[in-house]
Amino acid sequence: MTKADATPVLELTGIGKEFGAIRALHDVDMQVFPGEVVGLMGDNGAGKSTLVKIIAGNFRPSHGEIRFAGSAVHFNRPVDARAVGIEVVYQDLALADNLTAAANVFLGRELKRRFGPIALLDHKAMAARALELFGELRSETRPDDLVKQMSGGQRQAVAIARTRLSNARLVMMDEPTAAISVRQVEQVLGLIHRLKEQGVAVMLISHRMPDVFAVCDRVVVMRRGEKRADKPIHQTSPEEVTALITGAKEAA
Amino acid sequence: MAMPLESPITFSNVGKIRWWQRGIFASQTGYVLLALAVLLVIMHFASPYFFTQGNMQNVAKNFSFIAIATLGVTFVIITGGIDLSVGSMMCFSAMIASMVMTELSAPGSPLVHMAADGKTVLANVPGLILLVSILAGLGVALIAGLVNGFCIAVLGLSPFVTTLGMLSIVRGLGYVVSNGRGSFPGGPDADYFYALTSGDVLGVPVPFIYLVVLALTMAVVLHHTSFGRHVFALGGNEKAAELTGIPVVRVKIEVYVICALAAGLQGIIISGWLGSAPANMATSYELNVIAAAVIGGANLAGGIGGPLGAIVGCVLLEVIRNGLVLAQVSSYWQQTLVGVIIILAVLVDRIRSRMI
Repeated sequence: MTKADATPVLELTGIGKEFGAIRALHDVDMQVFPGEVVGLMGDNGAGKSTLVKIIAGNFRPSHGEIRFAGSAVHFNRPVDARAVGIEVVYQDLALADNLTAAANVFLGRELKRRFGPIALLDHKAMAARALELFGELRSETRPDDLVKQMSGGQRQAVAIARTRLSNARLVMMDEPTAAISVRQVEQVLGLIHRLKEQGVAVMLISHRMPDVFAVCDRVVVMRRGEKRADKPIHQTSPEEVTALITGAKEAA
Repeated sequence: MAMPLESPITFSNVGKIRWWQRGIFASQTGYVLLALAVLLVIMHFASPYFFTQGNMQNVAKNFSFIAIATLGVTFVIITGGIDLSVGSMMCFSAMIASMVMTELSAPGSPLVHMAADGKTVLANVPGLILLVSILAGLGVALIAGLVNGFCIAVLGLSPFVTTLGMLSIVRGLGYVVSNGRGSFPGGPDADYFYALTSGDVLGVPVPFIYLVVLALTMAVVLHHTSFGRHVFALGGNEKAAELTGIPVVRVKIEVYVICALAAGLQGIIISGWLGSAPANMATSYELNVIAAAVIGGANLAGGIGGPLGAIVGCVLLEVIRNGLVLAQVSSYWQQTLVGVIIILAVLVDRIRSRMI
């Protein structure tokens, strides 16, 4: 990957966040390039989730600047981040159990057909598109089934399918492989590869070292609210990353 | 960003959900409807008067008197909220409507200009007084609904407490404006008013016609518009609704406004049937309305409910009431039986969902 000539899709400079007296993040600089998969690692409380929430528009940073595709952005709500092309797969997946898979995929951006002044939902088009997306994810998920009747992997597929609706340029995945079967982990990693082929940048927040080393181009390690390492994956090793996470090694 | 399918999706180990395991067949509404059908058959054999035209009209009219408000409260229940102020709202709207009607019709009233012929200006246009007074009645409901919605969605107060407060506020205001006496629809448009609220069309009571139209509208809104979808999503997972960009605050305010308007309309219709809007009208009706919604399958935890269930719940309550009267059982038993049915309906649903 040639980085010098590409504009980073996401560029963070000096991002800091305080919650009262607690300093959750301090002076984080980071760049993510199109088609790059970046693993974000760190122990609980290292500041990963805070960083993700800032990028996703859930929190505003106390300090620093976020640039998206070259221009400075300020997100007040998650919808603002989504509008520029940042999609997030949340750890708890953010699904409504009482709705169908297709309804969940299209939640908040339903397809409609206009009949004069009235816009009615286009159930058929949504089901067809959802089936197509599930097919791409190789997930055996029927668009008309209720989410409450689904397995963990199917739910994951629904949540990921949602990010594929728009022209997302950065997809952040919060522990996408934490609660699913081995076969489905393969599928999710496969999907990450496909996003990458499309030039979509992916940020993978994960505790699972094998997954990070399987798909990521670069790994960023957080500890105590600071970035401690930012290395291409082939220049590091699981052992070194573990040492960085635990603090056995201060920085790299 | 469509990617080509490498191969069409196959369902090797995901079975298809059978038709009887989904939709209405797997819902509380479905088997309460079944129970209702059984009950109707039993009533037919228990009393020769039950299926007479007069009694059917009576039943249709009576359940329509709470069913419109039940449709409204079902919207709120689907979002996972509750509205306890519907009973008071019915009374207040009815009272305001009939007071405005009387006031606008009275020649000596300081609020109206006199025309040359000695009538009030508004009275010279047939139906205008009626229109203005009904809009006034619905207007106060709209305001109360907005206040409920604002407190719950924007200020984050609990729906139970907010609407409990509103129950008392609106009932109190009813006593204040009427001085505790109640009011009567009067003036030149009173006949239109009675025709529109308690008349029949070809033997069908008009409240029943309103109910059917509103229920069909509600079914379309809930299942075929994005507003309806957002209402369900809000009840299913409010956090998800928020994260996916659904305007949660707006949807919440809208459902409380719909509920208040339905209650207001219901109150105005009831006052036409009673011929007056007494200050203690519809006291504790909120409990009947919520009971009907819950029996019909609306889940107080949110996410489930619909117009058919609301109506089925109301019909079941009314058929039981009617049946007890025809069977010459003391009508005091009715309330006890309603309580038993609420618990039974929810219990059966719990057992069924464990079996699947």
